[in-house]
Amino acid sequence: MNPLDELYQAVILEHSRRPRNNGPQPVPPAFHAEGVNPSCGDEIEVWVNFTEDGKIGKVTFQGQGCAISQSAASIMTVKTAGRSVEEARAMLTGFHEIVSTEIDPDMDRFGELAVFAGVRQFPARVKCAMLGWRALEQALNRSEASVTTE
Amino acid sequence: MSPSSTPDWSAVRAQFPILSQVQSNGQPLIYLDNAASSQKPQAVIDALVRYYTHDNANVHRGLYELSARATDQYERARGRVAQFIGAEENEIIFTRGTTEGVNLIAHAWCSKNLRAGDVILLTELEHHSNLIPWQLAAQRHGATLRFVPVLDETGAPDPTALPAMLTPEVKLFAFVHISNSLGTIHPAEEWCALARSRGIATLVDGAQSAGHIPVNVKDLGCDFYVLGGHKMCAPTGIGALYGRAEMLDELPPFHGGGEMIESVRYDRATYRAAPARFEAGTPNIAGAIVLAAACDYLDGIGIGHIAARDEALTRRMVDALNSINGVRAIGPEGPRGALSSFVMEGVHPHDLVTAASEYGLALRGGHHCTQPLMKKLKLPGTARASLYFYNTEAEIDRMAEILTAIRKYFA
Repeated sequence: MNPLDELYQAVILEHSRRPRNNGPQPVPPAFHAEGVNPSCGDEIEVWVNFTEDGKIGKVTFQGQGCAISQSAASIMTVKTAGRSVEEARAMLTGFHEIVSTEIDPDMDRFGELAVFAGVRQFPARVKCAMLGWRALEQALNRSEASVTTE
Repeated sequence: MSPSSTPDWSAVRAQFPILSQVQSNGQPLIYLDNAASSQKPQAVIDALVRYYTHDNANVHRGLYELSARATDQYERARGRVAQFIGAEENEIIFTRGTTEGVNLIAHAWCSKNLRAGDVILLTELEHHSNLIPWQLAAQRHGATLRFVPVLDETGAPDPTALPAMLTPEVKLFAFVHISNSLGTIHPAEEWCALARSRGIATLVDGAQSAGHIPVNVKDLGCDFYVLGGHKMCAPTGIGALYGRAEMLDELPPFHGGGEMIESVRYDRATYRAAPARFEAGTPNIAGAIVLAAACDYLDGIGIGHIAARDEALTRRMVDALNSINGVRAIGPEGPRGALSSFVMEGVHPHDLVTAASEYGLALRGGHHCTQPLMKKLKLPGTARASLYFYNTEAEIDRMAEILTAIRKYFA
């Protein structure tokens, strides 16, 4: 597979064309955070609703950006719903590993997230992939804040 | 090659060694990011090597032959750059680039002339480098910023707005000569004349005009003009600020340090006249000398020929972009700088630029350091192709093929 096809896997293109969980949630009950990529101006807002037992309920996002940032955020909302905060944080760490290191992504552990391994060949795009996740991280801290991927 | 005869453009291109390379995947380089930085001809590279091989020493203080030679070349470079834009030698201050030139004026001029309640007028097309320094100055002095509005995606300024906006509280009007994101060419002569008739100082951001179109600061009638070397075949880290002599003479220093002083005591000092007053510390000696070599090189081709070449290539490029299904070129219909922003339906500029790179095509994608403008035009950024005289018709045709393939890829 050429580097472009590895970057733009079918799953990624599909999510970028038809993003899941797209749109705001009322604040409260949801926690809200915003991620900004200063080098491109892309912005993603994330809303996280927690269940009564402290787990992540619904995650939604809204923003404009490239196929990588949009699909990464879309898949993130699907994968983190119903997880504990600790599980979501571990997933974020794993995702960062997938997009930015040479370590073989653990397919069993991360499943669909592994399609983002192609990003590692495009260092300038790591920030795109991380944008939604950085906003989620902020929302998980239950603080209203804006983060940048710089 | 004499400036009167049309240059042999393929021979000119051959003087740029970097352009003949292939990328790591075997694709030949097609460099269309000239508005970000230009490439360097062998003559300019040689000038840099020659300086460090034969002439390097500190300037203005060494009483030995080598320093005298470096000083002589540095000061002659000042004269050469002055000549390039129709200024006098003592009106040229060497800077790190366009951005530093703007910052110098935003400090020195504003600290002397800007008061609470005053207004600095800009346009909505400004690059961040001609916006943020004024935001900071306005904050320091309690002044405010106003903006000449841009009408739409054609990048045209509202033609009726300016006269009404040059009100008595406006003390300085700073505007981009050629927009780096839309290619708009502002009527600098007309605007500077209008501002001057009302006693308003003017600064023209020449980042995209110097080395592309003939520039004569006396004809422009501006008080300040800033340029950066690396966009006109010189290295990064060197630029020039033109200031009208009467304006410079009355300004306080920008940076303090060696070279800019007359006499120093522990508690105070007196400063030298311009331009030395504004060049604290050891300057970028090699950069200045090589910037002069770039001026020699460009004048050797002839700026008129370069402008005509820019125009012909740009027209071909805009037509090529508009002929691609789903692609829309943005910017002026008529004359424009040697660049075109464009959007591709359904494809974000960063995905487009990443894909283009796989074909060896170097484009720029994003907000082009004009974030407020992109927001106003409701664009999530654009892709941009920008030209210089060494680009070819074949490269533009290949760009169109590549963009067509990218559109299919993401469709």
